[in-house]
Amino acid sequence: MKAGIVVFPGTNRERDMAIALKGASGRAPAMLWHRETALPDLDLVVLPGGFSHGDYLRSGAMAAHAPIMRAVRDFAARGGYVLGVCNGFQILTEAQMLPGALLRNAGMRFLSHDCRLRVERADTVFTRGWSQGDQFRAPMAHGDGNYAADPDTLDRLEGEGRVAFRYADGNPNGSARAIAGVFSDDLRICGLMPHPEDLVDPLMGGIDGKPLFDGLVEAFVQ
Amino acid sequence: MRVRVSVMLKDGVLDPPGKAIGHALHTLGFANVGEVRAGRVIELELDETDAAKAKAQADEMGRQLLANLVIESFTTEVLA
Repeated sequence: MKAGIVVFPGTNRERDMAIALKGASGRAPAMLWHRETALPDLDLVVLPGGFSHGDYLRSGAMAAHAPIMRAVRDFAARGGYVLGVCNGFQILTEAQMLPGALLRNAGMRFLSHDCRLRVERADTVFTRGWSQGDQFRAPMAHGDGNYAADPDTLDRLEGEGRVAFRYADGNPNGSARAIAGVFSDDLRICGLMPHPEDLVDPLMGGIDGKPLFDGLVEAFVQ
Repeated sequence: MRVRVSVMLKDGVLDPPGKAIGHALHTLGFANVGEVRAGRVIELELDETDAAKAKAQADEMGRQLLANLVIESFTTEVLA
């Protein structure tokens, strides 16, 4: 699997993501600076977590207009796969590559603890390492993770099977319908707030997040 | 010209900062405070002498970057 990780000023989870991708695929991902205007030959582009541009204006708002995002958008339009985690999810919504928006956590507090996620469907490249209904542990670290969209959009997402993950143990940030992650309409773009990349080795305290990366590798081998 | 862009969360979108400000005002004794909504004001200096053009430009900036129309609405006014 040829993966690239986009790095913005203020991104800080790119190395965690690189460890997870390399651990699954055996291949170090390319690091792509946000000022670049073209992508190398890739199967997957990842927008990692962090605080791009200091979260100024809105989380992900400036990064969504970075030069590289035009190339990422073209890549997705040509059938490329894109994963956004945490700030990466926020950037994908700001870029309107995924529906909805991420608001301040309902309880106003930055949340830094584990949560449980439920896999809503397992027939996508991002979730094929699990079975539908599986639950797994994932670390959270965000202040703006409260997923919001108008009721019609939420109904459409549910009807089209585009909810990827839901919080399974309460709703820590107040997200609409406990949504933790969503897909694009062609299921090629996935964004989620928690960090599966931070549980991919027993030394990290668990391997709950590994099925995401193993599943991606299997999908791109076939 | 100077243009002010005011960005507010749309009605019906939960506003945790507004809620927190409301609680703090109650704590200070402002008992008659009802709902509080918190937004953002952005002032722009534009190299433009035509007020209508300045406003139109600010409107475009609001749509493209300054507001997220999924959750926010905005107004623009030319100041001087």
